[in-house]
Amino acid sequence: MSAPETVKSLAAKLAAGEASAVELAQDYLAKIRAANPAINAYVETSEDTTLAEARAADALRAEGRAGPLTGVPLAHKDIFCQTGWHARCGSKMLESFAAPYDASLIERSRAAGLVTLGRTNMDEFAMGSTNESSYYGAVRNPWNTGHVPGGSSGGSAAAIAAGLAPAASGTDTGGSIRQPAAFCGISGIKPTYGVVSRWGMIAYASSLDQGGPMARTAEDCALLLNTFAGFDERDSTSLQRPAEDYTRALAQPLAGLRIGLPKEFFGDGMADDVRAAVEAALATFRSLGAVTVDVSLPRAGYAVPAYYVIAPAEASSNLSRYDGVRYGYRAPEYGNLDDMYAKTRAQGFGAEVKRRILIGAYVLSHGYYDAYYLQAQKVRRLIAQDYEAAFTQCDLIMGPTTPNTAYRIGQNDEDPMAMYLGDIYTTSVNLAGLPGMSIPAGFGAGGLPVGLQIVGRWFDEARMLGAAHQFQQATDWHLRTPPAA
Amino acid sequence: MSRANWEVVIGLETHAQLNTASKIFSGASTAFGAAPNVQASPVDLALPGVLPVMNRAAVERAIRFGLAIGATVAPRSVFARKNYFYPDLPKGYQISQFELPVVQGGTLTIRVGEGEKAYEKVVRLTRAHLEEDAGKSLHEDFHGMSGIDLNRAGTPLLEIVSEPDMSSSAEAVAYARALHALVRWVDICDGNMQEGSFRCDANVSVRRPGEPLGTRREIKNLNSFRFLQQAIDYEIQWQIEQIEDGHKIQQATVLFDPDTGETRMMRSKEDAHDYRYFPDPDLPPLVIANEWMDEVRRAMPELPGALAARLQNDYGLSAYDAAGLTASRETARYFTDALAVVGTAQAKPLANWVMGELAARLNREERDLADSPVSPTQLAGLVARIADNTISNSIAKKVFDALWNGEGADADAIIEAQGLKQVTDASAIEPIIDEVLAANPKSVEEYRAGKEKAFNALVGQVMKASKGKASPAQVNELLKKKLGG
Repeated sequence: MSAPETVKSLAAKLAAGEASAVELAQDYLAKIRAANPAINAYVETSEDTTLAEARAADALRAEGRAGPLTGVPLAHKDIFCQTGWHARCGSKMLESFAAPYDASLIERSRAAGLVTLGRTNMDEFAMGSTNESSYYGAVRNPWNTGHVPGGSSGGSAAAIAAGLAPAASGTDTGGSIRQPAAFCGISGIKPTYGVVSRWGMIAYASSLDQGGPMARTAEDCALLLNTFAGFDERDSTSLQRPAEDYTRALAQPLAGLRIGLPKEFFGDGMADDVRAAVEAALATFRSLGAVTVDVSLPRAGYAVPAYYVIAPAEASSNLSRYDGVRYGYRAPEYGNLDDMYAKTRAQGFGAEVKRRILIGAYVLSHGYYDAYYLQAQKVRRLIAQDYEAAFTQCDLIMGPTTPNTAYRIGQNDEDPMAMYLGDIYTTSVNLAGLPGMSIPAGFGAGGLPVGLQIVGRWFDEARMLGAAHQFQQATDWHLRTPPAA
Repeated sequence: MSRANWEVVIGLETHAQLNTASKIFSGASTAFGAAPNVQASPVDLALPGVLPVMNRAAVERAIRFGLAIGATVAPRSVFARKNYFYPDLPKGYQISQFELPVVQGGTLTIRVGEGEKAYEKVVRLTRAHLEEDAGKSLHEDFHGMSGIDLNRAGTPLLEIVSEPDMSSSAEAVAYARALHALVRWVDICDGNMQEGSFRCDANVSVRRPGEPLGTRREIKNLNSFRFLQQAIDYEIQWQIEQIEDGHKIQQATVLFDPDTGETRMMRSKEDAHDYRYFPDPDLPPLVIANEWMDEVRRAMPELPGALAARLQNDYGLSAYDAAGLTASRETARYFTDALAVVGTAQAKPLANWVMGELAARLNREERDLADSPVSPTQLAGLVARIADNTISNSIAKKVFDALWNGEGADADAIIEAQGLKQVTDASAIEPIIDEVLAANPKSVEEYRAGKEKAFNALVGQVMKASKGKASPAQVNELLKKKLGG
């Protein structure tokens, strides 16, 4: 079995003239046609559009105007507005919606000559950790189709794991890039808040949402982050910083690297198979010259409750625009205006979205605001301070991405709290605005992948990617593919 | 029932539309009167994925206002979301400022009443904050449906909130007029009340002297000074009647119907929304550096209060004149331009001309000072000729008419062309006096019999015979000499 293709390997083939963008696109489209029905990773494909983009990329190359990634295919999460495609965000509410403009990430992707293979499935409005809340059907984990791929960027992760795309965009509000990356055995990075513009990325929780790349390898993530990142004046939370090459530390040896291991991330609640894989991965890091140090994030335990106050609060407001007035779904029959709102939103949103809107409206309401929203914001600041303190003792923080491997489909139907608690290691990173990534660290029971989470200081993505790349030079977990693929 | 036993307490909330070229959070035009929805960008339409970006020009206008009322301009203020559903509110929330407004405190000095009874009062301001306007719902012309025009959505507003310092409708109107003049003076709002650029909400309550504040009712959306007066007067009367009839006032929002002159309930306190305010995560806090404040301060025009003081102290004008001349920036500029030509010794006669003949004529012909046919230089030239006795006041009115009608380039040209120069040569006037005395023996006799009135009649005859060109003082003198001699 040959190694699966990566962004880097495809770019090399294109540069060497061994394949055209059209040929690569056709290869992937054929695989998608064959395998997607079983996995449901893509919610929209348009072969004409994809091939037109591929032909344009080939034309650029023929004119000598190709960039390093021109002609490389990738998939986009259905949360990014993209002209020529729907942007349904996993919801019935936006079933008819096609954006008249491109998201910043899409513009950058187009400008780099990347070719869109299609739009990937996701939890409705990015709310979920299993991809089961998608109106367009659950996504299956390619390693075991009885299991979920994680969420909310589960379609992107599953597509990559199944070989239906070499890479994809994702978004991460509380773990939505890292957790599906872990469940599907791929790599994904959520950059520092403000590094990738949110313009055109359909909002879930504005102060936490961050777009980023998902791919097989850390190196591919670095190449794609170079494309996606950059200041955008249309996003007031976008950070104006000097342009950065995220591949710059890939070759850096790990000798002397201090890896912090928060004791709170290694306590009870982590499954044995996850613990074994993570410990083995850390041993590999040590064998490569890194040292591990014990650190503490004393308030980490409050991250999930704080997250499930702040994110729903912002979501309840962000999703108010889906009112049936201007676009999207409107209930076919209603009495008066209030009835139109009520029916439209009752019919247009799924259960998980409604649950979070209700939680959000509650924590923001008069008399509860101080006790919930304000308190959660204070906790948020304390969590960021914990990380700052920990980073005085180490360069990177590592631990499991998730306490368990991928859930069975339907496992959390009756118990959303169990699903929320699965975000225990990821949400604090969003609350603190830090960069976090997940890389494959091995396999647990039933052959399901285990992810290792790497957290860096603000804007320290290059160091994280470098460490991950060095690990991937010494391991091959990231190159493993599921039997079906 | 009498109003004498009641105290009235009024506070005003005023929405001043800021005269920026583009909207507060998008690049769409703010021009009035375009076809529906053509000035609505994706941001104004609240499409999925769009984000607000603060318009610097709107902030600059808020700073100007803060400086003009001697308020604290907050170095850091915060935008908040005010959440409620309405079809002309596309996002389902309005971006406003709640806990930390950009302008805090300040005062406005108002002049109430006229003549002897006129008095000054200092009204305290609570705050002024930046926010976006909503669109418009059009309930007619759509056959039982409603049309939504989002051209106005996102138009920048400064909401200016006064303390409840007014105690009559006259004071409320004087405050509204002073505020209206001020926002135009500092050029932040065009003040067009028909187009809704300046509109007031009045909070009105009544109490018996010495009692705690009564329950207030808020009259919404008053877009003329006359309606403001009528609405408040009606509301005061209504509240007094209610209380005297043994009813309690319930907190409510009411609308004024100009056709009936009555207010009617829109919603009671029970229906009041819980707006679930929280800081907008899409907009970082608004930080105003000292350098920016200084820059805006340097570009500020002399304020009406300072100019009025100068007119009194330096040019000896009365408080009444000073207030009249600084009632609008146009009037003040007209006066100071003319004064620069004619010289400060003529400040009083010039003030009389500007506020008397000129104002009356403009008023009669419903013209603005900006398109007055008589320029400041022309009026200055006219006043100069009165001052040096070239023409009398009565001839000056003729010259003014001629200037108004464009009969000459300046006063001198008209006086010359129409032979209006005052006759001061006694040898030219004496024959006229002789003629008049000869023709009016009865008046001469009556005067000699002690009737002063008869003398005035004779002066009038001489003036008439001279076609007004004789100097009235000189005629008096010569006539007395002849009659007495």
